[in-house]
Amino acid sequence: MGFWRKVLAITWKDALSEVRTREVVSSVLVFALLVIVVFNFAFGTRQEVVTAIAPGLLWVTFAFAGVLSLNRAFIPEKEQGCLEGLMVCPVSRGAIYVGKMLASLLFMLVIEAVALPIFAFLFNLPVLSLQIIVITILTTVGFVAVGTLFSALAVNTRAREMVLPILFLPIVVPIIIGAVESSGLALSGKAWADLSSWLQIIAAFNVIFLAVSFLVFPFVIEE
Amino acid sequence: MDKNHALKTGLLGLTFVLFMAALYLVFIYVPTEREMGVIQRNFYLMVPMGWLAILAFLVIFVCSILYLKSRSRSWDVIALSSAELGVLFTSLALIVGSIWARPVWGVWWTWEPRLTATLVLWLIYLAYFMVRAFAAEESRGAAFAAVVGIVGFIDVPIIGMSTTLWRGMHPPMIIFQGGIDPAMLLTLIVSIIAFTALYCLLLVQRVSMRNDEIEIARLKKTYS
Repeated sequence: MGFWRKVLAITWKDALSEVRTREVVSSVLVFALLVIVVFNFAFGTRQEVVTAIAPGLLWVTFAFAGVLSLNRAFIPEKEQGCLEGLMVCPVSRGAIYVGKMLASLLFMLVIEAVALPIFAFLFNLPVLSLQIIVITILTTVGFVAVGTLFSALAVNTRAREMVLPILFLPIVVPIIIGAVESSGLALSGKAWADLSSWLQIIAAFNVIFLAVSFLVFPFVIEE
Repeated sequence: MDKNHALKTGLLGLTFVLFMAALYLVFIYVPTEREMGVIQRNFYLMVPMGWLAILAFLVIFVCSILYLKSRSRSWDVIALSSAELGVLFTSLALIVGSIWARPVWGVWWTWEPRLTATLVLWLIYLAYFMVRAFAAEESRGAAFAAVVGIVGFIDVPIIGMSTTLWRGMHPPMIIFQGGIDPAMLLTLIVSIIAFTALYCLLLVQRVSMRNDEIEIARLKKTYS
């Protein structure tokens, strides 16, 4: 089998197990909805306040949802011995990383595809624009690129769920800033040219950390 | 062993001389800045500390790569010792920055780009220690920390770029425009060299101390 067929086999395995258990997507969606509702109480419902804080709100929700779903990426693997199974397979560690990363990306995008319309509906905001969708996809790639690496690391520590956010959040600071700022510009009706420097930072982050994570991932899962 | 001792003594002497020179320059030689007054002398403390925060992380980065390649414990010992010094100097840079910000800007903290980037760097340092502490075995903790060291260091320039862009246009670093008084520049350079020598001295000391700790642990295990 070629590299990509192995990768897709791992992604397919994750997608199938998700369809059967509905563990990650449904619970994270409920969580995202709860965060949005709680924010609503924290900041009030006045439209000008909502417009001002909407980009931040959106990305706090997605960052927390990301931590929650990425945490689950390796816990079932570890608990049911699947990771050992994958490691004795004739599959490179890099293929495991890419396969798991694509599965997490898929889950996150499904979650966001449902959360964004809810967000638009509850806050009466035009977040369903092409600009916001591009920003969301780009930033999510960055999230899962480092998140998959740190999730595999966290599952091998004693504190598990505690470790991922402590590692993940400081590292993704640049793309959170980029996502919040560019979403704010997009919501206030700016053109693509005004967003470009932020999109470039996010894209650069993605390329760099996909490569770095791919290279160091083998050192994280070895026994 | 003897060679190591000579190195330490030499570094100690060098650091002492450099610091005496830096203290003289900072408190007596250099003119007081016109607008900010005496508080501006913090500059000669904060810039070297910020520099050491980056330098220490560079050492972690290089040693982490070498550790993952060779699995030789000595690289991990250097990386961990450098991380301890790095977090110390990053904390000091943040504290001195706050002390400076208070009289000049009227607040203890401001989300100035470089200050923000330093804070994020400090948080990455914390993560570096946490993965080590939470790892089941020491060798795995070392590998995990090395991964955080590599990813974290690569992230530093991107954090710097994004915080700079985030705060909008701000005056670029005055030093690179030649807009700084030569006396001030001299004081700054001597201060940076003095702090770098201090870092090297502390690093050598900490590494040899940690090697002794490892040796004692090994002996205890053998003879208990």
